[in-house]
Amino acid sequence: MSRKKSVFESNAFYTVLAIAAGFVIGAVFLQVAGISPVIAYGKLLNSVFSKPKYLVWTLIYASPLIFTGLSVAFSFRTGVFNIGAEGQYVVGALAACSIGILLKLPVWIHIPLCILAAAAAGAVWSLLVGLLKVKRGIHEVLSFIMFNWIAFYLSNYVVNLKAIHSENGGEATRDIQETARILFPESLRDLLGCSSANWGFILAVLAAVLIWIVIEKTTLGYKLKAVGFNSNAALYAGINSEHSILTALGISGALAGLGGAVQILGMSGRLSQFAGQEGFGFEGITVALIGASSPIGCIFSGIFYGAMKYGGSKLSIVKAPSEVVDIIMGCVILFIAISGIFRGLFRKLVKKGGK
Amino acid sequence: MGRVSHMDENKVVICMKNIVKKFGDFTANDHINLTVHKGEVHAILGENGAGKSTMMNVLCGLYKPTSGQIFVNGREVQFSSPKDAIDIGIGMVHQHFMLIQPFTVTENIVLGMEPVRGIKVDRDSARKKVMELSERYDMKIDPDARIEDISVGMQQRVEILKVLYRGADTVILDEPTASLTPQEIEGLMKIIENLTEDGKSIILITHKLKEITASSDNCTIIRQGKYIDTVKVAEVNENELAAMMVGRDVNFKVEKKEADPGEVVLDVRNIHARDYRNVEILKGLSLNVREGEIVGLAGVDGNGQTELVEILTGLRKAESGEATLLGKDVFNKSPKEIFESGISSIPADRQKHGLVLEFSVEDNMILQHFDEPPYASKKFLNRKAIREHASKLMDQYDIRPRGSEGNPAGTLSGGNQQKVIISREVTNDKELLIAVNPTRGLDVGAIEFVHKYLVEQRNKNRAVLLVSFELDEIMSLSDRIEVIFDGRITGSVSGKKADEKELGFMMAGGKKHE
Repeated sequence: MSRKKSVFESNAFYTVLAIAAGFVIGAVFLQVAGISPVIAYGKLLNSVFSKPKYLVWTLIYASPLIFTGLSVAFSFRTGVFNIGAEGQYVVGALAACSIGILLKLPVWIHIPLCILAAAAAGAVWSLLVGLLKVKRGIHEVLSFIMFNWIAFYLSNYVVNLKAIHSENGGEATRDIQETARILFPESLRDLLGCSSANWGFILAVLAAVLIWIVIEKTTLGYKLKAVGFNSNAALYAGINSEHSILTALGISGALAGLGGAVQILGMSGRLSQFAGQEGFGFEGITVALIGASSPIGCIFSGIFYGAMKYGGSKLSIVKAPSEVVDIIMGCVILFIAISGIFRGLFRKLVKKGGK
Repeated sequence: MGRVSHMDENKVVICMKNIVKKFGDFTANDHINLTVHKGEVHAILGENGAGKSTMMNVLCGLYKPTSGQIFVNGREVQFSSPKDAIDIGIGMVHQHFMLIQPFTVTENIVLGMEPVRGIKVDRDSARKKVMELSERYDMKIDPDARIEDISVGMQQRVEILKVLYRGADTVILDEPTASLTPQEIEGLMKIIENLTEDGKSIILITHKLKEITASSDNCTIIRQGKYIDTVKVAEVNENELAAMMVGRDVNFKVEKKEADPGEVVLDVRNIHARDYRNVEILKGLSLNVREGEIVGLAGVDGNGQTELVEILTGLRKAESGEATLLGKDVFNKSPKEIFESGISSIPADRQKHGLVLEFSVEDNMILQHFDEPPYASKKFLNRKAIREHASKLMDQYDIRPRGSEGNPAGTLSGGNQQKVIISREVTNDKELLIAVNPTRGLDVGAIEFVHKYLVEQRNKNRAVLLVSFELDEIMSLSDRIEVIFDGRITGSVSGKKADEKELGFMMAGGKKHE
């Protein structure tokens, strides 16, 4: 009985349950829309698992999502709500792209410089909001949302600057220098059958492990969590909460900025003019929630979301709307949010069974 | 004692027989018995976690007993929900009030049983009924005030009226005095008297012995889930009750040797400060505490003691004045600077200021030292050292349950949470220890323990500043008592010579008469 209990108490169980429920509700919508859920889901699975190169694509899609997921998860763990990962992602991408185009440097300087610039841009973007919160008492959610739009228009403005805009028309920048790309060596890419295979996923996993260590093992993590959970007690114990909030937001912003860098240097190689917000930052919230705000959990939920995005992009082949993926993800989040109800339900069942 | 009993010994209202309640493998109630008569005040006495609340939740229909019987007015009953219990006349006033803040007093009382006219709530008749009830039992309320605007005492009267409005003949009061001021407690006792006079029965859950002897006819004692005894209150004294509750003799009298105060440790001069409403609350307060003495700050809540402590711990800035600790300036410094200068404190609100409830017990024990060796080396936490430190303190301070070093502090009982804070602050061993209401909500066993450590700290020649709303506590612990009234120290008496009446008189603003 005690083992049975422990399964029903674990977060992972409810996450899997929520995902399953999401798929069931997605199926209902598909059915109502006159599309066979079996065919649509078959295509979804098929497009992710049927060839090794599809799995590689899934990881490519997952990389920036793991970074923005980490960004949001880190903010959750430290008691702030970074709803501005979207903007930090954009300025990170912008910084990496600009430096990738404008500078001519050897590989071993160019790549780190692009990555650092992206992290710094994301951190600054987040810290501006942090300063407004700490010094002026402005709620971070408000300013984050505004900063998302500022980043959006700033990016579109910079993309159209002559210095970096594409010379042969198009709504994008020039390609970044080869020395700034983080693609796998050509032979490996050929082997995998994927021209965009890159180091992004490896970087994301390293970042997740690093963030896990910071949160769980270091004095910095202790301090940030103390302020996040109970700023009054932290203050009473002599921990400077303003400093902690700024540190937490800086790290969170840097992570989102890195997500932008990985996308530019790894997958796209250039920055396009946006028609609407791209959503990597907002999707990061989903990743963090599914990953239960654990850095390691974000790796898995990031891969899951990456698979859904990549598989979803192929749904049009079977005439199913790719938006069904958004419906499923929305339902998953909803079910995770109300998992307490199920927890109570199972507790009752277990109790009855035990009698 | 001067109280009149309205108990009718021939009429048993409630009888619980051999009640057992198990949660999994844990037995919270192990064959509990209870008999309550008409017009009786029946106290249920037990330590924190003894099973009092479980027992009452069984009686008010919230839990189903694993086995055992409940009789009401001689008939066996089985409750499947609290509504069944209410219908049969049993109502409970919970320790944490269940009121809707933006609703008015009347709305809260009639909620769910509103008198209606057509499809509209008949507000006038609701208001009238509520006023009738409140006048009948002399419970002063403002029927049109919103809950968020009224005092805790009045909120409690609203809760009691809510139960009476639903036709309760037996009212269960769960720790009713926990958050009341002494004046409000007096008012509550009067209400209990009025209710029993009218033939209602009261079940009083408490661990305050004084209240039992002052108000109850009978007392049922339970310990670790087991029924111990039911005694006539008039035939026992407080010491006997306490011994039955904790299972050993309890020492009420704080044992301490003569104080030998040394040099001045804390010196506070002419402090002026404003409270959150920007009203001047400290009006030139001066105070000192010497090494080797406990100074008790006595006063009615709201006379500036909260603000003084906040200033001395760095949470609030004063407008002017001076504060030094062994010559070091501690006036308007940050909490960290003040702590490092030599002041540690047991805060009034342990969950707000004392603990990070989500943190493990062991992490809470290093809150001020997490970045120092041996708990940290080169920015990394040393989990082994943290665990060892916690295990040592848990043994030394008898923090239960043992082995819960890694559990969130929020899962401990209130008394054990307080012990975590005390173990931490006493171990800090600073020159001055400020303790604010250090025993609030604790049972006598835990109180004895806390007092022992405060005296021990003073015996180590440290200075202790005790701020407490419990006059008994101030009088039994302090070597010197300073009375605070209206933002100033208005009198000072030696702990030995303190007299409750005179202190009360001074706390109300009267001058000491020599």
